[in-house]
Amino acid sequence: MSQWPSIKDLASDVNSGRVSASEQVEKALKTIEEKKEFNAIIATLADRARQRAKTIDDRIKAGENVGRLAGVPFIAKDNFLTFGAETTAASNILKGFEAPYQATAIERLEAEGAICVAKANLDAFAHGSSTENSDFFTTLNPHDKSKVPGGSSGGSTASVVLDMAPFALGTDTGGSIRLPASFCGAVGYKPTYGLVSRSGVVAMASSTDVIGPLTRTVADSALVLDIMAGTDELDSTSIVKDKLGYELSPTEAHLKGQKIGVISEYMSEGLEPEVKDSINKAIEALKQAGAEIVNVSLPSLPLALAVYYVICPAEVSSNLSRYDGQRYGFSQQDTTNLDDIYKQTRSIGFGNEAKRRIMIGTYVLSSGFYDAYYKKAQIVRTKLVKEFEDAFKKVDFLIGPTAPTTAFGVGENTADPLKMYLTDIMTVAVNLVGVPAISVPCPVSDNMPIGLQLIAAQHQDRKLLEIAQLAESILK
Amino acid sequence: MFWYTKSNMAKLTRDDVLKLAGLAKLELSEDEVNKFTLEISEILGYVEQLQAVDVEGLEPTYQLTGLSNVMRPDEIVDYKIERSELMKNLPAEEDGQIKVKRVLA
Repeated sequence: MSQWPSIKDLASDVNSGRVSASEQVEKALKTIEEKKEFNAIIATLADRARQRAKTIDDRIKAGENVGRLAGVPFIAKDNFLTFGAETTAASNILKGFEAPYQATAIERLEAEGAICVAKANLDAFAHGSSTENSDFFTTLNPHDKSKVPGGSSGGSTASVVLDMAPFALGTDTGGSIRLPASFCGAVGYKPTYGLVSRSGVVAMASSTDVIGPLTRTVADSALVLDIMAGTDELDSTSIVKDKLGYELSPTEAHLKGQKIGVISEYMSEGLEPEVKDSINKAIEALKQAGAEIVNVSLPSLPLALAVYYVICPAEVSSNLSRYDGQRYGFSQQDTTNLDDIYKQTRSIGFGNEAKRRIMIGTYVLSSGFYDAYYKKAQIVRTKLVKEFEDAFKKVDFLIGPTAPTTAFGVGENTADPLKMYLTDIMTVAVNLVGVPAISVPCPVSDNMPIGLQLIAAQHQDRKLLEIAQLAESILK
Repeated sequence: MFWYTKSNMAKLTRDDVLKLAGLAKLELSEDEVNKFTLEISEILGYVEQLQAVDVEGLEPTYQLTGLSNVMRPDEIVDYKIERSELMKNLPAEEDGQIKVKRVLA
């Protein structure tokens, strides 16, 4: 059992003075300290968090309502710019970087009284599926220390499952929220592309990067999303939020009459038998509860990973060109000229995966190869967009596993980068077409967690959260 | 493994990798050159499958929001970020300026 009530109840308890914000911060910091050996956390923001809690408690004593997240501690993936600790993106090249401003998402949560208590580990620059690409250390799966937590938001997800805070923030460029949610047994929400401002978040692949929550329940994710979502003048790619917002009340939706399409390509060969069995049981339970289940084929899905591993490195190589040792972060000053400082700073500061992606990206964008790789991938992407659009003319939601396997062993895939990339096979398509998706834990006996992935059309985030909440209650 | 077609094609040579590293301002050790030559060749071999896809009549998808030319008023906004907050991250500074190394070797 979790030591945290629902986020809504916790905020209401703090606002009413039944419990104090300071107690919540101490609880979070204590748990972080007790569960240190899982390596989920890069740094705590203890001083700043305690100060903020005190201010909040004083305001409540003075009769103020502090907001919908009053005194609720949370943990941010370390690619979110925050005050109170360094922002490193788990990379050596950003070590020592003190953000001069905070991410919009952080600002919006703080404006409602939430308190950031720590920064979570990730694959450096969010490049990876296991947190093993962190330049600092590998996070361990809360259910089995010999297994990875998934990535790249592995530290954030593990921190929630280890009960360090009621929620954590992650980013999802090719599956980085949903995959660790599946491997660790959390709820992970990837919103429609553009729904949450990315101002103040270290950029990876800008045409697919999104921000989302990791929580214990769908209702918690919905509340956190509601507060972060909506246009921001600091991110010109941000979109308007649903007029109804995203916070859920328990009884508004029904499974009866909902048409859910099982993605044939995700249920075919290569799926671990245990995962297949668990997903089939979950689908059967939804059917029993009144959902209409049909099979849907999206024939270009097997191409999604190849499309992703052209587009993503291309955008990575462009976004990482700013790390030049001139304005912030690590800088190799012991050099004689500008070209040397660029080369040595980047060669020492970037890890293997960043270098690999920078070079692949440079290759696919170079003249002579641009049309054959980058442009071709963007056109195949259109095929995927159209197939998803067609599917959502026939069904309300798509369903399948979040990942083909349960969590793999630490070190198992590190020697083979392509095999590591294949971990994202069931999550990347959603990013390429910009639709929302959620991973909800399936019932498992004693084994490692398995995530059920639900997907909706663009801008249908509210409906997706409603159906996910129903699925969650049925699968419990 | 799922949808996994390994290609034997040696896409890149050592010289290609060295050239790419140069373009991206990276210096690689001998071990890195050998490793990346193999790994990047394998990854390019995997994405090679896109070449065979029929995309007749389709346009590229460069963005997903459908937004275009998002404008803001041309006004100065005070984001309350102190100059000193920005300067404290500088690796090298002189008289309140960013100090860079000489451009010519």
